[in-house]
Amino acid sequence: MIANFFQYEFLQNTFYTGLLIGLIAPLLGSFIVVRRLSLIADALSHVTLAGIAFGLMLEKKFALGFITPFYTGMGFSVVASVFVEQLRRVYKAYQELAIPIILSGGVGLSVIFISLADGFNTDLFNYLFGSVSAVSRGDLWSIVGITIIVLTVLLLFYKELFMLSFDEEHAVVSGIHAKRIHFLFILLTALVIAASIRIVGVLLVSALMTLPVAASIRLAKGFKQSIVLSIIFGEISVVAGLISGYYFEIPPGGTIVVTSIIILLLAIAAKRLGLNLGRRRANQ
Amino acid sequence: MSEPVISMKNVNFNYENKTALKNINFEIRQGAFMGLIGPNGGGKTTLIKLILGLFKPQKGSIELFNVPIGKFKNWDKIGFVSQKANTFNQGFPATVEEVVSMGLTSKVGYLKFFTKQHKQKIRDAIKQVGMSEYLNENIGDLSGGQQQRIFIARALVSDPELLILDEPTVGVDTENVQKFYELLHQLNAQRNITLLLVTHDTGTMTHHATDIVCLNKTMHFHGNTAEFTALSDSDLSDFYGHTLNLVSHDH
Repeated sequence: MIANFFQYEFLQNTFYTGLLIGLIAPLLGSFIVVRRLSLIADALSHVTLAGIAFGLMLEKKFALGFITPFYTGMGFSVVASVFVEQLRRVYKAYQELAIPIILSGGVGLSVIFISLADGFNTDLFNYLFGSVSAVSRGDLWSIVGITIIVLTVLLLFYKELFMLSFDEEHAVVSGIHAKRIHFLFILLTALVIAASIRIVGVLLVSALMTLPVAASIRLAKGFKQSIVLSIIFGEISVVAGLISGYYFEIPPGGTIVVTSIIILLLAIAAKRLGLNLGRRRANQ
Repeated sequence: MSEPVISMKNVNFNYENKTALKNINFEIRQGAFMGLIGPNGGGKTTLIKLILGLFKPQKGSIELFNVPIGKFKNWDKIGFVSQKANTFNQGFPATVEEVVSMGLTSKVGYLKFFTKQHKQKIRDAIKQVGMSEYLNENIGDLSGGQQQRIFIARALVSDPELLILDEPTVGVDTENVQKFYELLHQLNAQRNITLLLVTHDTGTMTHHATDIVCLNKTMHFHGNTAEFTALSDSDLSDFYGHTLNLVSHDH
């Protein structure tokens, strides 16, 4: 595989992209999980699918090569993120309602666009479950751009986002502009989802944002440590998932998620073992 | 006479058509330790939210440190420990140090990072509430009383001149409540921090507060602790709407 990696550009694109999303998806996911917004990633990924289907339809029907499904997916995801925020404001007492509304809207639009584009094709299958061969050099550069944006914004607004995640009321009382920061955050989420879809696929993208975090919060002391651990788990999942996906010729989305689940189970077992050892020591 | 820290004049506040507060006039002066008491639904938390700028009154004016609340910018002068402080997400992976650092976020400002001096301040605040040995522990692993101390440290770290506490002893055991009041007393006496404490624990509070406000949609009493304890049981029962006896205990 190493020889092939140096020989084929598509493999290089895939691995570099995989490493980047292994970094940014769990990083942003750390905030998503503690803010109890895990399902928002799912809702946005389904809208991204609608955008991708729209892009595929444009390609097929109008031969508009300059608007790729990657960009239409990203556009739909960003617009949906604005709607999520609006809906959460309209339904203050039922904020989780925003998720099924956006999710079903995304699936509904996807069905319409897929039908208009005369049904499924291999490219759409790649978008659903990820692919080791679908990342172009152009996609890679877009994802490099998204990674730089995500890292810069999170670095600059880390302390405000951390405060909002822990205690929104206290953040507002302290004079933090909660609405603006939250909007920025949900925009980043939309971008990261769009960036991750090429590798893990629409149906599994939220797993890469939540499973490494679910494992890390079992073991970490503090939020920063939890972020570092979740990135390590994310990278292990992506690399192991891509390699096994390549060898077994199956979509990497599946192998990445299965690796993440194995790590999660190990983390749960390690925590339990640690607790039991602690208790035994305390009893001695 | 010391300067007023909070001043409310003829304040009315309604939730849609329901009156929450009517014709509220009161003042807290620098260095005071004010207890705010009243029955559930009497408007105590609403009053706190008005002071914190989370709600705007339909009528009347509020001044903080002699500045109209609409123009007030120095929010770091006010520390707040909310009722919800002990109902936060217990599984949140945040160390004691990380939680207390949030108290400086607003003061440090956007696009700026914590310096060594800020980190020292955070450690000093944790030391002040006697929790230094738990610096790197997750907040969810601490007891209710310990968590409440951490939230006080978070409020203290920005050197506030006014500390507002909304029923901070809910869910804290009796022994720790006593320690908690000792800490408040110390902050008030040694650092001259003005305190506004919302509580149901009327008996214990009368041992520590200098002034008391009784609120049940309108102000029923505003005076010093000696005047409050001189009130008859029937006065208090009228105000609460049911029989109430003042019981104080030392532990």
